[in-house]
Amino acid sequence: MSPGNDETGAPAPPRIVREQVGTRRLEWAAISGVMSREVANFRTFWKSSAFSSTVEPLIYLLALGLGLRATVVDDADGLDYVHFVGTGMVATAVIFSSAAPAMFGTYVKHRFQNTYQAILAAPVDVEELVSAEILWIAMRAGFFGCFPLLVTIGFGLDPAAGMLLVPLFCFVTALGFAGFGAAVGASVPKIDQFNYVTSLVITPLFLVAGTFFPIDGLPQWAQIAAEFNPLHQLVELVRHSAFGFESTDPLRFAALLGLAIAMWRLAVSRMTRCLID
Amino acid sequence: MSHAAIELSGVVKRFGAITAVNGLDLEVPAGVCLGLLGPNGAGKSTTMRLLTAQAIADSGTIRVLGRELPRHAKPARAAMGVVPQLDNLDTEVSVADNLRIFARLYRISDVADAVERGLALARLSDRRDDTVDSLSGGMRRRLLLARGLMHDPELILLDEPTVGLDPQIRAEVWSLIDGLRSRGATILMSTHYIEEAERLADEVALMNLGRIVARGTPAALIAAHAGRETAEVYGPPARLAEVRAVAEAGGLMVRSAGPAVAIVGAETAQNGEIPADAVIRPASLEDVFVALTGERLE
Repeated sequence: MSPGNDETGAPAPPRIVREQVGTRRLEWAAISGVMSREVANFRTFWKSSAFSSTVEPLIYLLALGLGLRATVVDDADGLDYVHFVGTGMVATAVIFSSAAPAMFGTYVKHRFQNTYQAILAAPVDVEELVSAEILWIAMRAGFFGCFPLLVTIGFGLDPAAGMLLVPLFCFVTALGFAGFGAAVGASVPKIDQFNYVTSLVITPLFLVAGTFFPIDGLPQWAQIAAEFNPLHQLVELVRHSAFGFESTDPLRFAALLGLAIAMWRLAVSRMTRCLID
Repeated sequence: MSHAAIELSGVVKRFGAITAVNGLDLEVPAGVCLGLLGPNGAGKSTTMRLLTAQAIADSGTIRVLGRELPRHAKPARAAMGVVPQLDNLDTEVSVADNLRIFARLYRISDVADAVERGLALARLSDRRDDTVDSLSGGMRRRLLLARGLMHDPELILLDEPTVGLDPQIRAEVWSLIDGLRSRGATILMSTHYIEEAERLADEVALMNLGRIVARGTPAALIAAHAGRETAEVYGPPARLAEVRAVAEAGGLMVRSAGPAVAIVGAETAQNGEIPADAVIRPASLEDVFVALTGERLE
């Protein structure tokens, strides 16, 4: 287009300087561009997110921690029950702030808002789009996942240096669940089918993660199954960050990292199928 | 070596049993505004999606701005601006943020400057901090156009740019597109509005059943396929049937046109096929389309 003035009187744009766009995969400019959209949207609802991230663990701790401790249990696995639940709640916060937003967000942006159609008309490919989406969700979940821990510190849990690793544990776990959520969001034909995923996957994972009761009280088969629950691994890592790491913790972290990579690739594959005809 | 801005050769795209694009050959030279005119289901939107690599052809070759698709889709998309049929703005963020996001996606070096340009193009500088859901339909459409043009693209794809808009907003959008044309932009515009194609396009390609059935300037297409004049006759069904029979017996092409019948090439009638009460109007692209395909545009 050559410079000039159009009939409407609007100024004609002179040449605009753009960075070169190559055919390379996973360009940071594309990923950060998509994330900037997420940040702009998040600015419109961050207060409600921060509110629920703070108040929800507080309610759980008051209802379950203090309530149960006063009437049924005093400690679990040798820990004060409030501290036991509080450290476990980190995993709950992570799954609900990663899998659910990824499922619903992916579905709504694809089916109702046509957001992905707009983004993919720009120099962004599906792999970059998915990577940006799940990275952003995982960063958010990594941040908000720490809130229950902070609330529990308010309930007397002693801070420990190992806790500095909790955002990283939350981030990596949330990457896996965000990838899972995006894959589901790209796969279901109707939004009500998320109910199946919530009932059959998310709720069991969340209940049998060792958040509210120790896993070693369960039957042998359930204990073995729980070892395959990524949320249980996160719960263990968070508790160990507060009360002392164990030699198996690097393995737990590696498993979460492996899950994150597998779910990322699954999400890219499902989203490509969904978005490219 | 110079390339056309868009080159499609033998492109086929199927969706299950449906062939949406059926051996499409299309070239759009630089600096031309080509209107892709056809009814719903003709394959226009699929063609647009093929050009952004959001649909992958089953066979054939596609080159955009000299780059082969889908392999080099990203650099090709960086140099094109797409204005979609559907409003896909982020409604809860501000007008400026909508532009800012796409300035980043298009790798514009000076984002702030690009946002100012976009706001000026959309004539929304005074609404920069308002959320999109507070804008009128016309403002949103202008913002959508500005978002697709803010990176000064070499090629502009407009997919049904005024579909569903009221006449006043449509006129606003046409004025913006006119501005782009006058600056020499290369534009491919899909539409099913005859008036839009006639008013804005340098050339029109008529598309039906996934392929181009005719192409040329609106005037040349009309002269070649529909003559100079069309006679429209109004009346009760029995009379229309009678008029149709007489005109067809005289070798004229007749089609239904809502409550009337339209006799194409009326200036060639010699034996009283055109009733005295017929309304004579200049032949249109719709007459061409019906003459070539037997189908109406809307």
